[in-house]
Amino acid sequence: MNKISLIIQREYLSRVMNKRFLLTTLLMPILIVGFFAGATFLSISGKDEHKIAVIDNNGFFKGNLQDTKDIHFEFPENVDTTNYLQKGYTDIIIIPKFDGITKTNYIIRSKKRISIGTEDKISDRIDAAIEDKLLQDAGINRNELDSIRSKSRFAELKSLEEGNGESAKESNAALSYGIGFGSGMLIYITMFIYGAMVMRGVMEEKTNRIAEVMISSVKPFQLMLGKIIGIGAVGLTQFFMWIILIFGLIAASQLFIPQDVLQQVNSLQQYNGQIPSGGNMAQAGEAAQKIYKLQHTMSTANWPVIIGCFIFYFLGGYLFYSSLFAAVGSVVNEDPQDAQSLMLPITMPIIFSFIIMTNAVQDPSTSIATWASIIPFSSPMVMMARIAYGVPGTVPYWQLAASMISLIVGFLLTTLLSAKIYRTGILMYGKKVSWKELGKWAFRKS
Amino acid sequence: MSAILKLENLTKYYATQKAVDDISFSIEKGSIFGLLGPNGAGKTTLLRMITGIFYPDSGHIQFDGQAFNPSEDIIKIGYMPEERGLYKKMKIGEQALYLAQLKGLSKYEAMEKIKFWFKRLEMESWWNKKVEDLSKGMSQKLQFVTTVLHEPKLIILDEPFSGLDPLNANLIKDEIFGLAQRGSTVIFSTHRMEQVEEICDHIVLVNLGKKVLDGSVQNIKQQFKQNKFSISLSTTSIELFSEAFTVDEIKGNELIVKINEGYKSNDVLSYFLNNNYTIESFKEILPSLNEIFISLVESTHATTRAFQNI
Repeated sequence: MNKISLIIQREYLSRVMNKRFLLTTLLMPILIVGFFAGATFLSISGKDEHKIAVIDNNGFFKGNLQDTKDIHFEFPENVDTTNYLQKGYTDIIIIPKFDGITKTNYIIRSKKRISIGTEDKISDRIDAAIEDKLLQDAGINRNELDSIRSKSRFAELKSLEEGNGESAKESNAALSYGIGFGSGMLIYITMFIYGAMVMRGVMEEKTNRIAEVMISSVKPFQLMLGKIIGIGAVGLTQFFMWIILIFGLIAASQLFIPQDVLQQVNSLQQYNGQIPSGGNMAQAGEAAQKIYKLQHTMSTANWPVIIGCFIFYFLGGYLFYSSLFAAVGSVVNEDPQDAQSLMLPITMPIIFSFIIMTNAVQDPSTSIATWASIIPFSSPMVMMARIAYGVPGTVPYWQLAASMISLIVGFLLTTLLSAKIYRTGILMYGKKVSWKELGKWAFRKS
Repeated sequence: MSAILKLENLTKYYATQKAVDDISFSIEKGSIFGLLGPNGAGKTTLLRMITGIFYPDSGHIQFDGQAFNPSEDIIKIGYMPEERGLYKKMKIGEQALYLAQLKGLSKYEAMEKIKFWFKRLEMESWWNKKVEDLSKGMSQKLQFVTTVLHEPKLIILDEPFSGLDPLNANLIKDEIFGLAQRGSTVIFSTHRMEQVEEICDHIVLVNLGKKVLDGSVQNIKQQFKQNKFSISLSTTSIELFSEAFTVDEIKGNELIVKINEGYKSNDVLSYFLNNNYTIESFKEILPSLNEIFISLVESTHATTRAFQNI
């Protein structure tokens, strides 16, 4: 026991007490957020300006088409498809005469291909202009319509799920989707990252020829288990650091919310989302309502269960697959190409589970999702996708129990088989191992 | 003297062959023991059974008078395998500490021992360096220190001098003698016969998984001697004929003669004395271990064994 804890310590500290670990742990979330923010920013702020000549055969768009920041509509004379570029326009739109019944196309010709964002904006503006025209013809005032619309929004859909005898709970499909997909994805990525880390660690021990030195002091099983637990602890440490980082960022972001908005949010919470009539806080601002809504939506998820299950399935999935990765690492010689082909039977079920997970997160009650969430090969990812939709509503307790027990049994089995392969493989040099031999090692007695 | 290690009918099968086939021998406490054999003879398998890495398929191992119990006795053994290495990214001091603690030393004890050995082998300045910064010879030295650090009763060294320059090899050799004097037993496995002659008290030669030779270096040489003598005379080119011996080789004024059946060395001497030759030197030629090794192994085609089925 003492030896295992020494090995765990070394495996853990040699990875955590490392500038690279700190750097990747801190940079990873920033990088991911930065990546998405950057991608969104780039797609929104397409810097290309458009000066569009509109040839309108109906005669009512002039004065009704509204410019945007980057798109300017003009209605010049004597411009057609042959000369719009010379006259300084980037695009030309030709709108045929509408009869208001048959579907018609209008055409845009451009110097260079226009982006989807720009295309959407242009067609939005044209739709809006047509709508205005039709409203006018029907004798409806646009401002009146808008105010009726906003007044009509007093009814809101709230979906409830049946609780266990208690009162029904509020649920939110979009949030469940987000949590399910996010946690499934996270397990998928970490399984690969930490599994590969275990494999590389074992390969390092083998190619550095320290394996036999170690095996003369500790049992191979202790060495393998110590490595797996040590690296698992590294993974957990990384998670906790990320969670702290996220809460830190959220707390920091609240500092930027003005004091009066926060007060309004608090009063919204007190009155359960209803704007209290009368009093000096009669009018809750739009920002406060948004923040309240976000907080309220987040509170509909059963966080303790989700986080608890996430830690369980992360660890279970990691233990299930990492011992297999360790076995592969022990069999591989110097040639990394061997590792590729030997890893295939491990990576295939992981990728397959990921595909099932992406379906389960949309429809968590199909029979394939149910079964995949119980079988230990795929349960870590698929069960997380389903749990987000609620326990015991979507996932009955018996399914959760069956899934957890089979995962525990599963990882005990893979660890046992892997340990046998590992024990032989780690001392084997220079020989390429066939699948048949691997099978023999795994199922050999003693 | 009692035996520290006693092997009885040890056998280990691999899928296609007997790697170790019914080997028995015992090793005296405090001796330096040589385990010899060509590549693939089964030495490593034998050593791995002695260190508890493999279990024998049949046979018994006695360690220090009792049945060998790997999980307990393992800390009394220091094993430096032929395929050896260290964690490249780890600092040298931490690495030595880690390996010593795995051998059951407390952190404090381990520290004391490491300081003692590092000072002794002039390695103190290495503490914060990484293994990847060391030369091959230096890491060999470190490996030796980590093997003997916990003062094991039995030290097993597989090719300990490979990669060492003569100076460092001598340093390690002296340490091996010192350890044996302080009561440790050393098993020494190598192909370098001149080192064996120099260091070992007792040897066992293994070939094709079987024990071929067992005895002290002197006894074995006596056993394989061919009654050859070298004689130096003051004159050259002489006519020789005697029933007592036949001449094998003449090199200038040195003769190598083989004594015939039924005669003794004195008969040879008296022949030369009677014929008035001046004898400058007369000595028996004992075969070197190298010659014995080659003559025993060569005829068996041991090196091709790996590809044969039984």
